[in-house]
Parts: sequence; structure tokens; C-alpha cells
Amino acid sequence: MQLTFLLSVVDRPGVLNRVASLVRRRGYNIESLTVGHGETPGISRMTLVIDADVDAASRIEANLYKLVHVQKVAHVTRTATVCRDLALVKVSASPDSRSQIMQLVDVFRARVVDVAPESLVIETTGTEDKIDGFIEMLRPFGVIEIARTGRVAMARGLTTPSARRRDAAADGLDESIACSV
Amino acid sequence: MTSLTGAAILWECLVREGVTDVFGYPGGAILPAYDAMLRYPIRHVLVRHEQGATHMADGYARASGRVGVAIATSGPGATNMVTGLATAMMDSSPIVCITGQVGSRLIGSDAFQETDITGITLPITKHNYLVTKAADVASAVREAFLIAKSGRPGPVLIDITKDAQQGSCAFDWDAAVPSPDVVRVPRSPDTTVLADALALLRSARRPLVLVGHGVLLADAAAELRAFVDTTGVPVAVTLLGIGALPASHPLNLGMMGMHGEAWVNTAIQEADLLIAVGMRFDDRVTGNLKTYAREARKIHVDIDPAELGKNVAVDVAIAGDVGDVLRRWRPALSRLDLTAWLDRIRALKGDSAVRDIQNLPDDGHLYAAHVIHDLWRATHGQALVVTDVGQHQMWEAQYYRHEEPRSLITSGGLGTMGFALPAAIGAKLARPDAEVWAIVGDGGFQMTMAELATAVQDDVQVKVAIVNNGYLGMVRQWQQFFYERRYAATPLTGPDFVKLAGAFGIEATAVRRRSDVEPAVRAARTHAGPVVIDFQVEQEDSVYPMVPAGADLHQMIRRPSPIAETGRDS
Repeated sequence: MQLTFLLSVVDRPGVLNRVASLVRRRGYNIESLTVGHGETPGISRMTLVIDADVDAASRIEANLYKLVHVQKVAHVTRTATVCRDLALVKVSASPDSRSQIMQLVDVFRARVVDVAPESLVIETTGTEDKIDGFIEMLRPFGVIEIARTGRVAMARGLTTPSARRRDAAADGLDESIACSV
Repeated sequence: MTSLTGAAILWECLVREGVTDVFGYPGGAILPAYDAMLRYPIRHVLVRHEQGATHMADGYARASGRVGVAIATSGPGATNMVTGLATAMMDSSPIVCITGQVGSRLIGSDAFQETDITGITLPITKHNYLVTKAADVASAVREAFLIAKSGRPGPVLIDITKDAQQGSCAFDWDAAVPSPDVVRVPRSPDTTVLADALALLRSARRPLVLVGHGVLLADAAAELRAFVDTTGVPVAVTLLGIGALPASHPLNLGMMGMHGEAWVNTAIQEADLLIAVGMRFDDRVTGNLKTYAREARKIHVDIDPAELGKNVAVDVAIAGDVGDVLRRWRPALSRLDLTAWLDRIRALKGDSAVRDIQNLPDDGHLYAAHVIHDLWRATHGQALVVTDVGQHQMWEAQYYRHEEPRSLITSGGLGTMGFALPAAIGAKLARPDAEVWAIVGDGGFQMTMAELATAVQDDVQVKVAIVNNGYLGMVRQWQQFFYERRYAATPLTGPDFVKLAGAFGIEATAVRRRSDVEPAVRAARTHAGPVVIDFQVEQEDSVYPMVPAGADLHQMIRRPSPIAETGRDS
């Protein structure tokens, strides 16, 4: 299944390589990995999604935490989290189809960010499922290009990754509420 | 505040970290550091290959518990350190390797002797650094030492560009203090989880303690001894756990695993509780995981939480320092009535003794096991033995009875041939008063025998016992058992080792008869200087018992008996 980890990492050259290399050498596949600035200067935030057996989660978490540049790890697969993916979709838009596409954009609460004579670029955020669904709806019009960020995630409420560093697997929350919209 | 070059800061920091000996090999990119070294109270041991430097640092660390230091230049100097780093990583040995790097402006340009050593060693170091400014040297060195020795120890590499060595900056030792954030030690375990473990222990009828390298790394032999003496629970050790409990202790059953004692492996399979301390259920000690210790509940204590549940599912997982856990258990321990269990183990042992090569009469052949046994006797079991990898390593583990912690140093996890001689040189320098023996096969010895010159140049009095059977013996044994004796590339021609040692100016002798073993060892002990003894042993003997890779732990290949018929396996 897809396991989601939130990491706070020291913003140093090579830190992405260290995380990716660890996952590779322990024999897991990275499903998605996003990196960006977090709330503290000098500390980056990663959302790492790994396709692995759920039994492996605490071990993956412990292995990630062995990296000196990883300051915090939280396994949040079974925790209530907000997960978002951002997609830019370039779709062909003839004068005939343009209004239909605009209707879909409204329904999915997406935004048109570029208009050209023969195409539109649409920006949408949401869960991966929602974006997958939106893209399927756009396909008949001719999807030219897709760029997606991969998952970024955050635990709901006042819990922070640090508070959950060792307890995520034990909290017993149902998987079905993971990544609720 | 004094302004120093990065090179001088490097040595300032090493000296303040307590370093007195380093093992290395100079070259272009590390020249500024070598030049600065002359002004510091450092003994530099010039190796013959950088791999040797890393193994020496490793042997130094394992013999003493201090951090071992190796130093080399960029490019090939650095890449030659890879095997030693991987060896130290697998066996959790605290070493710091320092490499020169091309100037920071040349990085990425494929400059002469440039290599991305931090990239290469990323998976085989606990952490590594690329230092491009003199101002970053002190914090990198201090952090490296803290990381190498804290928590689960391991190797750290510091790659320092030539301009960082040459540049100057203010040296402030105090300001370079490492952040405690870099230390990875689990919180002290909860009282409840410790109590859960003791509840399992109290209800156990057939408990067994499995002891690994972690007990030695934690300097917890005394705590282990107290646990065993109080509870009466018998102990099995891993290869790297040898010495954690004296071999003569009545509850020390011996080594487990692929070439472990038959009664030990059988006891593991029959146990109803395993208390694993500082060991990691390596495939070489478990055999087939599906059938491993199926009747046993399992308690696992390890300082590295990533080891818990990795190979074997456990009932009580305790992430913590082994010594701390054993100390906290102690007040609640009491004697268990294990009479029936110990009787059962004794019965298993009785059956094994008749197959023991030691109990068979001298038939005129020189067996490696006899060499080890007689070496043990002639050194009164007091030597610090460093072994290489292969058959002789297993025979040593079986027949040299170690009484003290850190009296056996061997490459376990990585299984690095060529380890013994350089690691023995490092061990001898760490503990000059110890009698250090390198026991090595003729294959492994030929990988790093150039380090004999190092021993001569630095007057390191190591004694080398070559167990010479003219084969890559362990591989030959696998070919015999599993490849119908097709000896592909295992027959091995060596030089005349006596003449070879002579060329280095080293005292040497060849031994072909059992009666000559002890006199040769005794002569070597009294000789002031390195000695090489070429023990020309039975060529096609095999190590027994053997659990074939992946087989059930109790499915052992046993030594055929009587040995006169089949001992030569030919």
C-alpha cells in the first residue's frame, strides 16, 4: 500500500539524494516525493510516499530517522491528514469545445491560468483521486501536457510531525480517513 | 583568536578528540594536511594501500573502543577506502576517514584525481561531509567523531577540498561544538516494556539469551554476566558476540548460526524464549526464517530501532542501549529453575562431542582445527586474535576459546577478505601490551600481504598464522557440497610464504606436522618482531557443522565420522 511520511530535513546540498538513496537501497519504490520550504528557515519539508507493506512502516521511519540531516519523521498513513497534489494540464481547446471545458473547470473548482488560440492551461489542486478524475474528463478534448507536483501532506489539527514521531503506527485511526479532502 | 589553516585546524581537532595514531597514505589533494601534521603529536602509520588504512583504523577501534582514523588523498586514494568503510558500516565500527579533494572550484570538472567520494560512500557511511571552506573543518570533525561513536557506531567520512586545507580562518574549538541533534539514541525504554519482557522471562521454561556485537560495543559484558549469573539462563553468541561472556562460563553454549555448534542451533529451535541483545538476526545466524525458532517468544533489545522486527517478528521490541536495559532489569531478576532445559542442552552436546575433530586421534594430517586449538593452548587463550574471512575464521571461532571482550576482531557482516593483517596492525597499535595474532587464509592473506611492510616499517609486532590449504577454502567447500565438487577457480597457488616474509625482513617458518605447531607458536611469541607462520594444513577439510544458506537452522551438515575415512573429503 502507499505509505506517507512527513520529513523535516536540514536544507543542505545532497539531502534529497540521501533520502532517495536510503529508500532505494532498502528495496522500496518511491511513489512520490515533494520537497519545499517549511515553516522554519533552513529546514525543508518533504512528503514521501512509498509503496510498501504497512508492516514495514515503522522500520522505514526508523531508517529515515537514522539520516543525520533528517530531524523529524512522521508516518501519517493512518493519521488524519490533508493531502494535496497540484496539476497543470494543457488541453486543446477549439472555439467549439472551449465552453464545455470551462464548465468542467467550474465543476472541479479548477482555474484557467493561460489562454491561447488553440489551447488552455488549467491549474487544479486536490487529492490525487480528484485530479485523476478531472484529467479523465479532459482527455476527450485532447490533453497535450500534464505536470503534477506529487503529494504534499499535513496532519490535521494541532498535531505536528514531531509529536507523532514514534506514535503514528499505534494510533489506530482507520486508513479510510487518510487523505480526506 | 588564532588564525589557522584548515589543515592545521584538522589536526588541532583530531588531537583534541584524543587521536594519537592515524593510518594513511599521502597524495596531491591531501598534501597540505600532511604538511601540517608534522607539527602535531600524531603517530602516522604509512600503509601500502588505503584499504589497509581503513582496516587498521577499524581494528584499532574494535580493539580499544576509541575512534580509529584513516587518511588518504582524493580520487583513487579515496575509492580504495570504500571496502574498509563498508566493512566498518556493516559491523558498526566507529572510524573517521579523511580524504583530500580537488580545489572547490574544480569540483564537477573531472579534474585530475577528482572523484565524488561523498556520493560513492553515501550508502556505506553513517554520515559524510564535503568540506569546501576552512571555516567548516572544525565543526565537521567534531560532529564526525560524535556521530561515529554515538548510538549505533559507524564510519564517517570527511572529504576536504585542497583550498579548504590551505585557506585560513579563526579557529574556535568551542564554537564548533556539535549540535546534540545529530545523535541518534532512542529514548530510554518505558518501564512497562521492560516489565513485559521480564514477565515473558519469568514464565519461560526454555529461555536462551542471544548475544551479539552490541554487547561489546556497549561495553556491557559485566551487565550481561550479572544477568546470566542471576537468572541462570544459558547464552549463545554470534560470531561478533564472541568474548561478551567468557567461553569457560558454564552457561556459555558457544556460537550460533551457519557454522555454530549443533547443540546451540538445536537449542535455539527448541527454546520457548529468545532474549536477543545487541544482535540483528542476520541470515547467517537464522537460516530459513520461516522455520526459525518457531516455538519461541522473542524479546529483542537493540540500540537501532530500525533493526527491530527487520528479519524476525518479535513479541517485545526494546529500542535502547543494551547495558542500560540489562542494568534496569537487574533488580527484578531472580533465579529460574531451568534444570530440565539445561539437562536437555547437555544431552545435545554429548552427541556432538563424538564428532569433534579435537576428540579424534592424531592421524598424521595437520588439520586447521588442530592448529587453532594448539595456538589457543600455546597462547594460554590470552591473545587478541584478528581473523580474516573464510574457513579459518570459522575454525577460529569454534576452537579458540575467548575469555575477554574485544579479544576477537573479525569482519562479520561484510565478510571482507584481506581484513586480518591490516586490522591486526591497527589492533596492536591500539593495545601495545596485547599479544596480537592475525589468523588468515592463504587467499585473504594474498589480498593485503603488502601490509607486512607496514608492520616492519613501524615495528608493529603482530604474529601472523597463515592457515594455508592451497584453496579458497570456504568457496571450495560450497563447491564440494552444492556444486558437485566442480572446483571452479578455487585452487590457489601462493608464494613460498617463508621466503616472502624473509624478503620483508620478517621471521618466518613453515609447519606441516601437528607436533610442530606449539613449538612454532612459542617461538613466535618470544621473538621481538613480526612473525609469519605458514601452517600447511589438510587441503580439502571442511567446516562442520554447516547450515546450508537458507536451510532450516536445525538441518545441519555434520562432520562425517569416523574422520579417518572421510575427513579429507576426497
